[in-house]
Amino acid sequence: MRRRFFLHRSAMAMASLGVAPHWLVRTALGNQTAPKRNQVLVVVFQRGAADGLNIVAPYTEQRYYSLRPNIAVPRPGQDGGLLDLDGEFGLHPALRALKPLFDERQLAVVHAAGSPHPTRSHFDAQDYMESGTPGRKSTPDGWLNRALDNPATETSPVRAVALDKRMPRTLDGGNPAVALSSLKEFRVHGAAETFESMYMESADAELHATAQESFAAVRTVRALAQQPYRPANGANYPGGTLGPSLQQIAQLIKADAGLEVAFAEMGGWDHHANEAPQLARMLRHFGDSLAAFHRDLGERAADVTVVTMSEFGRTAEENGNRGTDHGHGNVMFVMGGGVSGGKVYGQWPTLSYSKLYQHRDLAVTTDFRAVLGELLTQRLGVQDLSTVFPGYSPGASLGLLTSDTLRTTARWPPWNESDS
Amino acid sequence: MTGKLMMTAMLSCLGAGWVCAADEAASFHQEMPEARQVAHVLDRLSFGARPGEAERVEETGVEQWIEQQLHPETIPENPTLTARLGPLESLRLSDREIITQYPPPAQIRAISQGRLPPPDDPELAVLVRRLAERDRTRRMRKNGEGISKPGWRDLLTPEQQMQLRRGTPEEKVAVLTGLEPARLSDLLFALPPKMLRQMYAAAPVDLRRRMMFSLQPQQVVVADLVEGKLYRAIYSERQLEEVLTDFWFNHFNVYLNKGVVRHLATSYERDAIRPHVLGRFGDMLLATARHPAMLFYLDNWQSASPEALARLRKRRRGALPRLNGLNENYARELLELHTLGPNAGFTEDDVLAVARCFTGWSIEQPRKGGGFRFNQMLHDEDAKTVLGHRIPAGGGIEDGFEVLDILASHPATARFVSTKLAQRFVADHPPESLVNRMAETFSETEGDLREVMRTMLTSREFFSTGAERSKLKSPLEMVVSAVRAVDADVTFAFGLSVVIEQMGQPLYRQEEPNGYPNQSSGWLNAGTLVTRLNFAQALAANKLPGTRVDASRLGKTLDAVARTLLPAPLSDRSRAVIEAGLNGRPRSPEVLAALVLGSPEFQRR
Repeated sequence: MRRRFFLHRSAMAMASLGVAPHWLVRTALGNQTAPKRNQVLVVVFQRGAADGLNIVAPYTEQRYYSLRPNIAVPRPGQDGGLLDLDGEFGLHPALRALKPLFDERQLAVVHAAGSPHPTRSHFDAQDYMESGTPGRKSTPDGWLNRALDNPATETSPVRAVALDKRMPRTLDGGNPAVALSSLKEFRVHGAAETFESMYMESADAELHATAQESFAAVRTVRALAQQPYRPANGANYPGGTLGPSLQQIAQLIKADAGLEVAFAEMGGWDHHANEAPQLARMLRHFGDSLAAFHRDLGERAADVTVVTMSEFGRTAEENGNRGTDHGHGNVMFVMGGGVSGGKVYGQWPTLSYSKLYQHRDLAVTTDFRAVLGELLTQRLGVQDLSTVFPGYSPGASLGLLTSDTLRTTARWPPWNESDS
Repeated sequence: MTGKLMMTAMLSCLGAGWVCAADEAASFHQEMPEARQVAHVLDRLSFGARPGEAERVEETGVEQWIEQQLHPETIPENPTLTARLGPLESLRLSDREIITQYPPPAQIRAISQGRLPPPDDPELAVLVRRLAERDRTRRMRKNGEGISKPGWRDLLTPEQQMQLRRGTPEEKVAVLTGLEPARLSDLLFALPPKMLRQMYAAAPVDLRRRMMFSLQPQQVVVADLVEGKLYRAIYSERQLEEVLTDFWFNHFNVYLNKGVVRHLATSYERDAIRPHVLGRFGDMLLATARHPAMLFYLDNWQSASPEALARLRKRRRGALPRLNGLNENYARELLELHTLGPNAGFTEDDVLAVARCFTGWSIEQPRKGGGFRFNQMLHDEDAKTVLGHRIPAGGGIEDGFEVLDILASHPATARFVSTKLAQRFVADHPPESLVNRMAETFSETEGDLREVMRTMLTSREFFSTGAERSKLKSPLEMVVSAVRAVDADVTFAFGLSVVIEQMGQPLYRQEEPNGYPNQSSGWLNAGTLVTRLNFAQALAANKLPGTRVDASRLGKTLDAVARTLLPAPLSDRSRAVIEAGLNGRPRSPEVLAALVLGSPEFQRR
């Protein structure tokens, strides 16, 4: 894979110097027949193991209340109660901003989802989920980077962006991707032109190619970050971590900058003690951020799919500190214009003693790769999931999406009309 | 090589495949000009040359200098380094002492909830009681129980308050250093974290460590570890030892943020890695295998024979909830990453057998800083077969020793270790001939790493044009080499670690057991090149807190600055571009230094 990456980039570098043979340029650039507006997949990672059983709670199940006498969310209709979703499950009241999206069928819930690996280590579980290979430590790259592995066309310098200081494992790998914490700060502070010419003139082929990507990404970002960004439709992003990240992703999407996949994260879900007030505070930020993103995108939401994930769920039973410990199955959200929402997906294993994983945690009945795989094939046009999730064979489709608005790679640059 | 020639070479390479075998092999036979050897050894055996260092190596003679570096104990240490390391006390403590003197948050909570007694040392007890008190207050506030915040303002005069809010960092620190000890202690626990952090760079090291302690004691241990590494890399005269300590820690990587590793990494590097980097590979392998940091990081401490576990459960009726049975994590990485290397022909059965051999290799009270402990009761006592060797039943702890012996003397290990070293010191795709000779040395000397290094560093491949300037600097190498090149005075190395982290290499925090990339391609990343350029400018313009640079000493003309900072002359192209870019603008030494440090030439070693 590294090799293909190298070929691709070297060809680009040579093309720019006018010395590459034509076949190489053609292979590297491919044909550009993609539609202008491309599909975007946004991955939100909740680090720390969010408590899925309190985020979307099975309120008709008496066991839920007996296992969690102090921290269960009250039934719908009661004071501080759940927001009823389907007569069986209820949404945490702090997520009220997301309720209209569920009602408008733009938000789907997948419950009892997760990784089949039994580990309860944050570190290992995140690693497995981000590499997309549960149980395998030595996978060098992340699933989202492998999903990009079809450089058939010239792609945008901001094709894959992580709103993060360093490249998260999920997006790390041989395909070009940019990690940046702020669009505004993503620039060379001085002498940018001199630096750029130095690298563009350099005979150092590797550095030349990387620099070309860097300066192209900087230019793209600079061009769209010139104006202060104003969210549309009265969207109001909360400050903090996820809000600003999603706002900047929206900015990239609306600028038609060629973004295809984006990654954002929100940490701090590890509530071993005194969970209720902390979870409520975090969920408010989480829900308000996602809702603002959806509102801001307006009709562009039709091209955008958001998926949320966390390394594992938490114990079904509350612990002695009004918190919960590391568990297993969890909840995932899928949000966007093309989502077949308004429904809680997945087979519900129940919380009865014999159905709990190792008699303590919600079981996993939907492999997280089933959810991601469906989004990748139907949104990013990934043909062969076995390269993204080696060793995993997908089962029947969950039907999370309304239609196959499939597309190949984003056209870049967008003004480069090609009729071939 | 001209650009056109290079392109032609690349095209023919592309035709042939990933590695242009013939061309590369030839380049490893071509000796580099003698005049460039000094720069080369400094680039490879050190974290980059400091001003005047090339002349010193020249005087000593390249061969003699390499020999000195292979015997670090004979090199007098730089007094500046000794002074910098002095205050970083945790570097010299045992695991148990670290955990007592710099208690982790869980321990502070346990003390605040009365589940643990406060420490015996009276001075420490006062501090820990304060931390516990604050923890209690915070929890109550989180629960919505209204407790007024301790007001830091009450501890200061209006003038002092004003200075602390509006003054320069130096003025702020002056307010603190002017207080009597008891008041300062109160203030450190009352100030908001953000205000304290703003003062780190300007504060003298002892005060800074107290500030960190008042926020979170364990943070001091982490800061000491990171700063110790950077001070050594920047100031040590025993440069090869530092480069190798970095290399071998990375080879036997552990991740600082995985639980108790945070207070174990200090002794792991100091006791399990550093003493062996020019010693025997087998000794280092055993030291890492037994160290609690490795046992915890790769989960072996929880690995137990399922049968033994079932027997124990029966006897104790369902106790031991922690243990899940066999854990293969360490066994797999031991084979694949530490010794034989991937694709060395070992099977899943071998992994399983090795895991069974290491059952019971555990830790005595990991959360209290206890050491290695072999738990006979959890060990798999049956016979095993590892890589064709039969390990008889009833071996107990000996099973593990035997596996380590088999692995340390295995020819695949000799090759894998030699290849990795050659990748680090010679080229990303080192010539087969060299790797073979290194592996031979490894086998003949029973893994004497000094001899393996000597075989490599005196080889013609090492001094070939194929090796010269072929490696891209990692973020750590880029930052430290720049700091060394400009001869900066660093008093707050933690600040530099933040820059290195922004370039994608948070020190001691590579999660995967593979460690950081050993090959240049791993460091080519669009986002972080921008950070490299910005760092070059910030360093030259003296904008990095706690790192002072006197650019005026670097030279007045472009050529003079380039001569000071680069081991090889600036390329004609870069020179022309810089000249054109400077057209009409002032050529201050800062600007010139920034351009040279950010140049493509400076990104290589």
